[in-house]
Amino acid sequence: MRHDFLDRFSRLESPIHRLPSAVKLGGSLCIIAALITSPLSYPWFFMVAGGLLILLTAISRIPSKFILRRLLLLEPFVLGIAIMTLLQPGGCIIFLTVVVKSTLCLLTMILLSNTTPFAELLNTLRRIGFPRLLVTVLALLYRYIFVLIDEAERLNRARESRTFGESRLQKWHSLASLVGQLFVRSTERAERIFAAMLARGWK
Amino acid sequence: MHIPDGFLDAKTIIATGALSTAGLGTALHQVGKRLQSRRIPLIGLTAAFIFVAQMVNFPVASGTSGHLLGATLAAVLLGPSAAVIVMSSVLIVQSLIFADGGMLALGANMFNMALVAPLCSYGIYRLLRLVLRDKRGQLVAVSFAAWCATVVAAIFCAGELAWSGTVEWGTVFPAMAGVHMLIGLGEAVITMLVMAAIAGTRPELLNECDRPKIQEGLSPTFIYAAILVIGLVVLVVPHASSLPDGLQKVAAALGFEHRALTSPIVPTPLKHYQLPGLDSTIGGTMAAGLIGAGVVFGLSFLLARVLLRHPKDAIRPQSSVEQR
Repeated sequence: MRHDFLDRFSRLESPIHRLPSAVKLGGSLCIIAALITSPLSYPWFFMVAGGLLILLTAISRIPSKFILRRLLLLEPFVLGIAIMTLLQPGGCIIFLTVVVKSTLCLLTMILLSNTTPFAELLNTLRRIGFPRLLVTVLALLYRYIFVLIDEAERLNRARESRTFGESRLQKWHSLASLVGQLFVRSTERAERIFAAMLARGWK
Repeated sequence: MHIPDGFLDAKTIIATGALSTAGLGTALHQVGKRLQSRRIPLIGLTAAFIFVAQMVNFPVASGTSGHLLGATLAAVLLGPSAAVIVMSSVLIVQSLIFADGGMLALGANMFNMALVAPLCSYGIYRLLRLVLRDKRGQLVAVSFAAWCATVVAAIFCAGELAWSGTVEWGTVFPAMAGVHMLIGLGEAVITMLVMAAIAGTRPELLNECDRPKIQEGLSPTFIYAAILVIGLVVLVVPHASSLPDGLQKVAAALGFEHRALTSPIVPTPLKHYQLPGLDSTIGGTMAAGLIGAGVVFGLSFLLARVLLRHPKDAIRPQSSVEQR
């Protein structure tokens, strides 16, 4: 499978990609905090923020098509919650506020994750004092997502090539077996990884 | 249930952030203290496993599909502290890489899905296991705990949205609780099926989770309980205690008292969570929730019976997977 579908453009070459990841992390946090705390009565602020983000996107050379697709993919989650605000009095304004705010925040997050490789982000987190155990777990998680996706795909291919005309009930059953099998294999892999870590002098 | 940025205000972000930090800190301290470095790769791999398992789509009806959330599975398989770390890392990676769930809303999302869900389901699981000791009981306990954890996490999510002033409690509580009573059904069934599948291949992995040493002593239990109670008092109780009357008044004054009830986003067999004779939406939702819990418990029993009565059935699809 393609192993770069998560943060595909995080290794491009651009002024933004070259910035230290701590700056990018801090910057995105500031932008998001500012977006969240400012009321919608200052529309110019949101326009400026939106303009700034679009400018940053242009500088970062990430294809705008990709960013738009990402936004469209994530927008349903925003709308799913935002739709509830419409069911109350004065909901339209709140609806507009949260949709504008979250879309801009989403854009910020997409920009961050696609200009910063996750390993660098983890490095920054470790340097600013995240607990070592948590950083190790995050690194393992990120490292093995791809391996386990491959594993799951192989299991699924095997399942599909052996089952014909499943009913929905059987499908649930066999998919659950797949997930269970994936867990069993993950624990076995964890044992092997631990042995390998010890063999390399990990403490 | 992933809350994006922009829905929560500063006080909710800070409060839930503090609670999640305290909870995650306790969990990290707990796992680190016991010096079981052997468990660190296991925790990382389980986190990756939960991440990938959430991508496996279970077809529901007419093109829609659901997926596992995994908090209960992690809690039952690895114990509460490890599960808190597992679910937190999954949420952190989802937020930082997928932009799924906001960065500043991470505290709230972690509180709902990495603290409330695993701790709540672990507590319910252990309590039920006191009574249901056999193999079937394990499946029943696991699926009931999964359902409860999903619903309770959704209620906390509703509390956060209401406290931020984004959506009124009277709207968000029935909607979130209602939708997640249905989602929880899927979670309960999938979790039970996965547990049955693991029991079919590596039963010793399940024995691990009932060993009393997983019960990590009293102090973390107290800290976790305190965190959950503080969350409950801050996020849910203020709405639940004061609002039914006040809400009805406001609703009547503004003439939209039936508006929330006719919302089409909560399709359900119990019509709009209203029972005849119960006027308030919230009371109705609670009553429907209790009835729902009873029904889910009964269904869990039936399903566990079906699964265990034909042990061959439980293994059959698996063998087809294993022969590769």
